Amino acid sequence: MKHARVKANDQILDVTVNDNNEVITQSGDVLAAGSFSWLPPCKGKMFVLAINYADHAAELSFKAPDEPLVFLKNSNSLIGHEQHTYRPDNVDYMHYECELVVVIGKEAKNVSKEDAMDYVGGYTVGNDYAIRDYLENYYRPNLRVKSRDTCTPIGPYIIDADQIKDPHNLVLRTYINGELKQEGNTKDLVFDIPYLISYLSDIMTLTPGDMIFTGTPEGLADVKPGDVVTTEVEGVGVLTNTIISESDYLASLN
Amino acid sequence: MYTYRLQESGKVVTKKSDTTFAVDMAEPLAPATHGAVIGVALNNKDLVASIEDQFEEKPYVTPPKTPVLHIKTDNTHIGHGQTIRIPTNKGAVYAGPSLGIVIGKKATRVSEEHALDFVKGYTVVNEVSLAETSFYRPAVKAKCRDTFCPIGPWVVDKALVTNPNSLSINTYVNDELVHSTSTDCLVHSVEKIISYISSFMTLEVGDLIIAGTPLRDESLEIKGDDIVMIDIEAVGRLANPVEQE
Repeated sequence: MKHARVKANDQILDVTVNDNNEVITQSGDVLAAGSFSWLPPCKGKMFVLAINYADHAAELSFKAPDEPLVFLKNSNSLIGHEQHTYRPDNVDYMHYECELVVVIGKEAKNVSKEDAMDYVGGYTVGNDYAIRDYLENYYRPNLRVKSRDTCTPIGPYIIDADQIKDPHNLVLRTYINGELKQEGNTKDLVFDIPYLISYLSDIMTLTPGDMIFTGTPEGLADVKPGDVVTTEVEGVGVLTNTIISESDYLASLN
Repeated sequence: MYTYRLQESGKVVTKKSDTTFAVDMAEPLAPATHGAVIGVALNNKDLVASIEDQFEEKPYVTPPKTPVLHIKTDNTHIGHGQTIRIPTNKGAVYAGPSLGIVIGKKATRVSEEHALDFVKGYTVVNEVSLAETSFYRPAVKAKCRDTFCPIGPWVVDKALVTNPNSLSINTYVNDELVHSTSTDCLVHSVEKIISYISSFMTLEVGDLIIAGTPLRDESLEIKGDDIVMIDIEAVGRLANPVEQE
């Protein structure tokens, strides 16, 4: 099953998505394309892995870390599929990061690596935008780089864990305006999903809806207003997002 | 007015009281507010003075240009009277006395001048942490452990607090005064923090900002069987028992 949340007629609905990519309400109606907007499909803590693909570590001139390098985002940054992300005026480098997102399905505390996959509820696609101009060496990557309003598209939906045979062999791809820019495979994760769940659940209690953004492979590029950015995780979903200018974003707030 | 939250028949309900003595504190309270909790690190003048000679060196290279923020995840939030649990073999654990600023109106890109219009009121926060050995990478392991963020007992309406940038904060362990500070030691004022955070993060009703914690020296260490209590002038007194896991 694929689970999503949408807004239609000013109502928030929990829906499912069928094999034809049609959105089905709980009463069984099909929502016509254009009659709804996509919301983030999950709510919870947001963990993000930095430098969790060896090739991306090399790209950033870092050696892969000895233990997971985890940072947190706040829910203000989340937006759904087919929404807008704004690029601040006067910045030089804003890049996407295509990531497989693990969604926790049941409460997890002190879980072993062997049992960890039992706690996965499903998967979705995340795009962890960063504004590199704002990087500072204090709690790096700092919230101003990573936890900005509109800067974390996620979705379109959560696909149940049992629908993904091997989450450690999925191709990730990012396209800007249809042109392939980033490609990698989850088989290259430095710390795999069981490791991450075990590691985090040793620190704290994980609860259903918590999200683990597992990191991004190499192939970053700058994005500009007007760009359509498509992030895709094989078998999980295709997440589309459009970059807008800061002034268009500010106008949309009023 | 004092707003507080407690468990009633398995559900958390919000209550209001005109006086502090009428707040029902027979049972532990729930965290005084419900929302995102954002902390401001390195926001105490004495703490910064104690380490600023490191700021020119690796890994920092330059002093912070903007307020340094962190997130206290929902698993950390507990209320007045609930138990702080000390993990085994993780080293010393420190209390983190701070004013808590509770958002009352959705805030996106607000100016310092108008910042307090978006505040509902104030609460007491104990931003518990393992030792702060470095500010280079996000302190998830040190700060996001279960029960590491007592919040309460209540939210006092901002009208009852004359100047949030001049409130004394006293910390007691087992009824002994161990530490005194004040919000006049904040590097960035309450107004500045709200304005800065809202410049890129929309703050929602109920969200909480931890204004700033002092240097965690041994006076703030807490251990199993202690009772830690933080008193903020005009705001309230937050007490929590401590238990070794």
